[in-house]
Amino acid sequence: MNWMYEPWPWYIGGTLIALIMLLLLLAGKSFGFSSNLRTICSMAGAGKNCDFFCFDWKAQTWNLLFLVGTILGGFIAMNFLSTDLAAVPLAENTITKLNELGFEGAGKEYLPSELFSFESFQSPKTLLLLLIAGLLVGFGSRYAGGCTSGHAISGISNLQLPSLYAVIGFFIGGLIMVHLLFPLIF
Amino acid sequence: MKKLIYLLLGIIFGITMFKSGAASWFRIFEMFHFDSFHMFGIIGVAVTLGLIITQIIKRKNIKDWSGNPIIFHPKAKGFYRYMLGGIIFGLGWALGGACPGPMFANIGAGFLPMAVVILGAIGGTWIYGLLKDKLPH
Repeated sequence: MNWMYEPWPWYIGGTLIALIMLLLLLAGKSFGFSSNLRTICSMAGAGKNCDFFCFDWKAQTWNLLFLVGTILGGFIAMNFLSTDLAAVPLAENTITKLNELGFEGAGKEYLPSELFSFESFQSPKTLLLLLIAGLLVGFGSRYAGGCTSGHAISGISNLQLPSLYAVIGFFIGGLIMVHLLFPLIF
Repeated sequence: MKKLIYLLLGIIFGITMFKSGAASWFRIFEMFHFDSFHMFGIIGVAVTLGLIITQIIKRKNIKDWSGNPIIFHPKAKGFYRYMLGGIIFGLGWALGGACPGPMFANIGAGFLPMAVVILGAIGGTWIYGLLKDKLPH
């Protein structure tokens, strides 16, 4: 059982994602995580001034429970299923590129401490970057009508053309950010 | 009690996202540099199995656990909303190194600054709701 504590190989990850999708379908639900962001807006009262958020969010309770489970899963994975800092075994090329950008922990930790350690709360620049990242993901996923789970997994599995457009968009955006904007930001 | 199944599935999902590296900022960077097969392997296996599962359910008319037919809700036709929304999403995915699910897995793992990303994601969703009628779809 030692493999449990090592980073999991891609085929285990991919298989479990498909299995989760299957079990949700069998339970009469569909796999789509970003819907929760809309639900949270509605719970926070966004429906008062905006018809997009006027829906019966209580019907989404199951997905909110899924969200709470995801948080617990992250906690369990980090604290009981990982060794040390849960370092991610990256490609050598990637580590070199990241070191050049100033990310010292590449290959030694799970997330870059330059962005996600407690010190980030004292850096206005880092806080701004994190906020912008979130705004883009939230806005983009609702505009596109889904995120990685709803489009890349559920949508492509159902051979939906809109989901293919969305996934191509995900990659165009990601490539622009990493190749054109990262050298300017970091 | 029946609802606890969703909590359990969420736990498995959170563990899977974290342990497979799909919730690692570094892996997303690596994916967009095409330096490793890892992320493409995860998505490829999930989509291949997902495709098979979806086709079997449709062809055999498999029912869910309550006995109701499993319905797939196809997305509305269109191009701009998917492409433009997708690009905006991709910019954020690469910058924050997390799509919505992994954001929450990382909070659970104790990376508290991810809360700022989540607040942004809720704000971004809210802003979309306000601007929706003014955007090309």
